[in-house]
Amino acid sequence: MTNEPIIEIRELTKKFGNFTAVDHISFEVVKGEIFGFLGANGAGKTTAMRMLCGLSTPTSGEAKVAGYDIKTQTEKVKRMIGYMSQKFSLYDNLTVWENLEFYAGIYGLRKKEIREKGEQLIIQLQLQDSSNKLVGSLPLGWKQKLAFSIAIFHEPAVVFLDEPTGGVDPLTRRQFWEMIYEAAHRGITVFATTHYMDEAEYCDRVCIMVDGRVAALDSPAKLRASFEVSSMDDVFYQLARAATRVE
Amino acid sequence: MKILFGFIRKEIYHVLRDKWVLLILIFMPIIQILLFGFALSNEVKNNPIAVFDASKDSYSRQLTDKINASRYFDLYANVSSQSEIEELFKSGKIKVALCIPPRFGEAFEGSAPLQPQIILDATDLNISNQINQFLQNIIQSFIKQKKPEVRPTYSIIPEVRMMYNPQLKGAPNFVPGVMAMIMLLVCVLMTSVAIVKEKETGTMEVLLVSPMRPSIIIISKAIPYFILSVINYFIILAMNKYLLDVPVKGSLLLLTAVSFIFILTSLFLGILISHTSQTQQEAMFKSLIGMMLPTVLLSGFMFPIENMPLPLQFLSNIIPSRWYYSIIKNVMIQGSGLEIIWRQFAILGVMCLVLFIASIKKFKVRLE
Repeated sequence: MTNEPIIEIRELTKKFGNFTAVDHISFEVVKGEIFGFLGANGAGKTTAMRMLCGLSTPTSGEAKVAGYDIKTQTEKVKRMIGYMSQKFSLYDNLTVWENLEFYAGIYGLRKKEIREKGEQLIIQLQLQDSSNKLVGSLPLGWKQKLAFSIAIFHEPAVVFLDEPTGGVDPLTRRQFWEMIYEAAHRGITVFATTHYMDEAEYCDRVCIMVDGRVAALDSPAKLRASFEVSSMDDVFYQLARAATRVE
Repeated sequence: MKILFGFIRKEIYHVLRDKWVLLILIFMPIIQILLFGFALSNEVKNNPIAVFDASKDSYSRQLTDKINASRYFDLYANVSSQSEIEELFKSGKIKVALCIPPRFGEAFEGSAPLQPQIILDATDLNISNQINQFLQNIIQSFIKQKKPEVRPTYSIIPEVRMMYNPQLKGAPNFVPGVMAMIMLLVCVLMTSVAIVKEKETGTMEVLLVSPMRPSIIIISKAIPYFILSVINYFIILAMNKYLLDVPVKGSLLLLTAVSFIFILTSLFLGILISHTSQTQQEAMFKSLIGMMLPTVLLSGFMFPIENMPLPLQFLSNIIPSRWYYSIIKNVMIQGSGLEIIWRQFAILGVMCLVLFIASIKKFKVRLE
């Protein structure tokens, strides 16, 4: 891991009318890092992430993703990132291969490239027998893994994961995080929101949002030490209890 | 361009995989045409009639036979009192009754006035009017036949010629309406539901995060339904010609051009609805209540616009299908050219343009 920042956020703010969803947040994420973005429901994490992905325009403040300004160079930002949404984001009535081909296609990958890399990926995921099956017929865990693989298929600089492991069994979650490690190892920065505190432990650094502000940001070990507790769960509990905003 | 094709291919997969929807979309026009063409006819035939013959002479019997022989009437009963007629009406057995006064035959020999009475059930006004017309015609022709020298009390008898549809078939009236309905259903309903479905499943977000331009996303979602509508258009035309005997009298090219504009207008409407809806049900509801209902009620297809109260007449002006309906009726049935329909065509064109701009604008707003 180098210390080269890939996401730079300065005083980023988003207001919806009188409500300030994201309140002057500033931090950096470095290249190849697994960055956990935590917070209770309504703490503003999804809003912040949507701004970084170019889905929403900030009210004020600045942010750069992979060196491009999210306000003025949205199109370039979009080319550099992958995204996996909270909801399952593949097409149920397309086959595994068609999904892969389609998503790779919209990122402008060439046919030959898609075929070569795609075949490799299918073998890695052990989906050889299912590549012509409709995605809707796969078990949820496989779908999630496939969705993640497709989100990083075009080798983005940063991949944004919005609660990627919701509703998945612990074993699959474990396998999923192995895939995340592998991606980070290849130099892809991972920016993930999550509700699961055990997952927070897997992250290199964790940012906890409370009421639209950054309440804490450090490695899990250091956070535990500074709050003098034994688990991330307790860290989160102490911070979230101070929240004034009700969902 | 390559990206666009990839996207369109994916959309076509979606449509093709959903076998039921595809089946409905292709068969619906066929079934509607068959239904309206053969089953649901508003021509009145074989109406049950009761005759109260107080005269009972050879003339009155001949008249009764003549009525019974016509394809418009079936003699349900010969009754012998007024009260029986009322009972038959009440029980719904007859739609019309004819009372022949006593000494009916004498009128043909002497000069006593002829005054048969026609009694109608006016709860269904249009049908009663038609029945009345048919029955009067039969009686007139009977009188003419029996006593050619008798002139009706008035001497100006207009000669009626039913232009464009001499056999008074229902098809020329409903075919344009069905065309407008089918196109609206496919374009507005299916397009809006397809786009909102992506919002619901969360795939729309992934698409918006991708470098693809939003306009391309929307265009490629609309294209399969455009193709489907064009297929439907030609199916309906072919069925009209070979099954219902309603060929296109005017220019096929003009009709096709107008239909393309209407299809586009409907697509933009569908896109607009999709922007304002969060769930598939919402989109479906808006399409059905907002589009289908006005098309059926206010486009002039079911009820004549001229008879509507002023506010409704005004409302009907902003419904694209009203203009489309009137154009196809002109071009298809009356054979009018561009010089006749240019005004409606221009209105439809402007609507298309406005909706196009609105749907693009709205999309940008949604992205902030």
